[in-house]
Amino acid sequence: MNWDWEKLKEQQQQQKGGVPPQVDELFEKMKNFKFPGGAAFIVLIIIVLLSLTSIYTVAVNEVGIVQRFGKYVRESQPGLNFKLPAGIEKVTKVPVRRVFKKEFGARQEFTDNRSRFLATSDTENASLMLTGDLNVGLVPWIVQYRISDPYNFLFKVRDVDRLLSDMSEAAMRLVVGDRSINEVISKRNEIAVEAKELLQAELNNADAGINIVTIEMKKTNVPGPVQPSFNEVNQAVQDKETMIYQAKEDYNKAIPTAKGEAERTIRTAEGYALERVNQAKGDASRFMAFYEEYAKAKDITKRRLYLETIKELLPKLGKKYIIDADQKNLLPFLNLSTEGGTKK
Amino acid sequence: MKPKGLLLFLIVIPVIIIAMSVYVVDETQQVVITQFGKVVGKPKTTPGLQFKLPVIQKATYFPKNLLAWDGDPGQIPTREKTYIWVDAFARWKIVDPVKYFQTVTSELSAKSRLDDIIDPAVRNAITSYRLIETVRKSNRVLDMAEIGIDDNERKRPLGYKIEVGREEITRIILQEAQPKLAKFGIELVDVKIKRLNYVEQVRKSVYGRMIAERKQIAEKFRSEGQGEAQKILGEKERDLKAIESEAYRKAQELMGKADAESTKIFAQAFGADPEFYSFVKTLETYKESLDENSSVVLSTDSDLFKYLKGYSSTP
Repeated sequence: MNWDWEKLKEQQQQQKGGVPPQVDELFEKMKNFKFPGGAAFIVLIIIVLLSLTSIYTVAVNEVGIVQRFGKYVRESQPGLNFKLPAGIEKVTKVPVRRVFKKEFGARQEFTDNRSRFLATSDTENASLMLTGDLNVGLVPWIVQYRISDPYNFLFKVRDVDRLLSDMSEAAMRLVVGDRSINEVISKRNEIAVEAKELLQAELNNADAGINIVTIEMKKTNVPGPVQPSFNEVNQAVQDKETMIYQAKEDYNKAIPTAKGEAERTIRTAEGYALERVNQAKGDASRFMAFYEEYAKAKDITKRRLYLETIKELLPKLGKKYIIDADQKNLLPFLNLSTEGGTKK
Repeated sequence: MKPKGLLLFLIVIPVIIIAMSVYVVDETQQVVITQFGKVVGKPKTTPGLQFKLPVIQKATYFPKNLLAWDGDPGQIPTREKTYIWVDAFARWKIVDPVKYFQTVTSELSAKSRLDDIIDPAVRNAITSYRLIETVRKSNRVLDMAEIGIDDNERKRPLGYKIEVGREEITRIILQEAQPKLAKFGIELVDVKIKRLNYVEQVRKSVYGRMIAERKQIAEKFRSEGQGEAQKILGEKERDLKAIESEAYRKAQELMGKADAESTKIFAQAFGADPEFYSFVKTLETYKESLDENSSVVLSTDSDLFKYLKGYSSTP
């Protein structure tokens, strides 16, 4: 690129120097140059032109690689630099401090039309990979790199860009080929690290003069047709959790209530027990008190109790039949069940 | 004019001659010098300004740096007859430009030589191994973990063993192709597999398999969830029963004790005079159980009515 630019510049400068397009004009010009000092003037122009091609600037993020008759002689640093004129020395500027980015299998929104045309089918293929468990994964990634050795970068490999593309695809596939689909999806960092190591080793082997800054994995996935079923698994995991939580909720609802009810049963029983014992004690005390008095005059008390009870009881009773002890036959004529029992 | 023209001639001619005998070799180039089509001397591989005889010697340039070869991706069956799509690429360089010049001449024909040699080598290598050998590079244990699966299920042993692996397969390809290219002055540096995919039909069935596998896993999760839920519900029933029966037992115990206690108290109290107790109690029972619905038949023999028929001083 730079080489062409250099040539172009030379041509432009030659034209500025006044190379006539027509042969007739050339003759005329040559006639015109026939004045004293003409030769000196031409020499001066040539010197100016030559000095123009020996000055060049190198930008901050670049270095200039200078070749003399094709042979590498030196590296020039950013700033204004001098070299021997065009034809003898040639400079190629290499942006060594810039970080380049190369995407694989990632569909980018902001690409120009031409590259998007290429992208659609090719990116799909670049990211489709066989995993170690013979499934197919979708693995897009980005390689960031820097030119670490401009000499190697320029002279050792013909198409470094292509080498980088091919090698990073090969390296990534090598790594993904040794992973299960689950690992491809969940352990992207591990893959990136291993792929970076592999890729760097290959580039070093090829003397590409490139240093990989990072390999960054984009969102790995399974191919489109398979995605719903993967989501279904996630859904099922959620379902599982939900079912367990619901059951737990049920449990938590029922058990404390039951515990409360149990407490109530026990408390009630305790109440019953207290009541029973107290009643017994009460009854017993009452009886004992009563008995003590009774014991002092047994017969009369008994009689009194009996008569008092009868006195109280008799008026409340329904039919009363008093039968002479000597009369034995009355009883069978009494209709005890209906008249005496229920009427009135 | 004439001496001036002669002078010009004397200057221009040597310049032209020098220009014709000087040539530049770039860092990325190497040059073979030929004399009437015949190779002369050693190839020039050092960059810089070089000299040759003008007119009769000719310089032919060849690249010295690493060159790329990209194979035609094609369908290749593996040993188990699965068709896969293999895209390989290789790096090569011209190590013997003279041989290269004599046998290949142009890069285009070099490309077709490389095609002829590397493509079959790739095909041979892929065909002689199982797919898994081409895909994997080691016997690394795959982590088949699913979210939610127990740890002891995670590392399933592989059902196969990798004997060669991809790196070794590419090495085999290289070893097969390399010697055949030596006679062209070409050194094959490496061969790599760039892309490896199922062909369209196989891919569909693989997708089907993947989907089925996922569905089965999803089903497993669901039934696990159900099982777990049922277990919890069972625990609930059990705990309920335990709590209820425990409470019942405690209540009965308490009540039993109270009954015993009260019985003891009654026995102690009433034991003082059982006859009196039954007398009092009986009277109480009369009071409570007899009412207007009760009819009584009383004999004049009874204590109450014994005076009805008259009295005697001695009862």
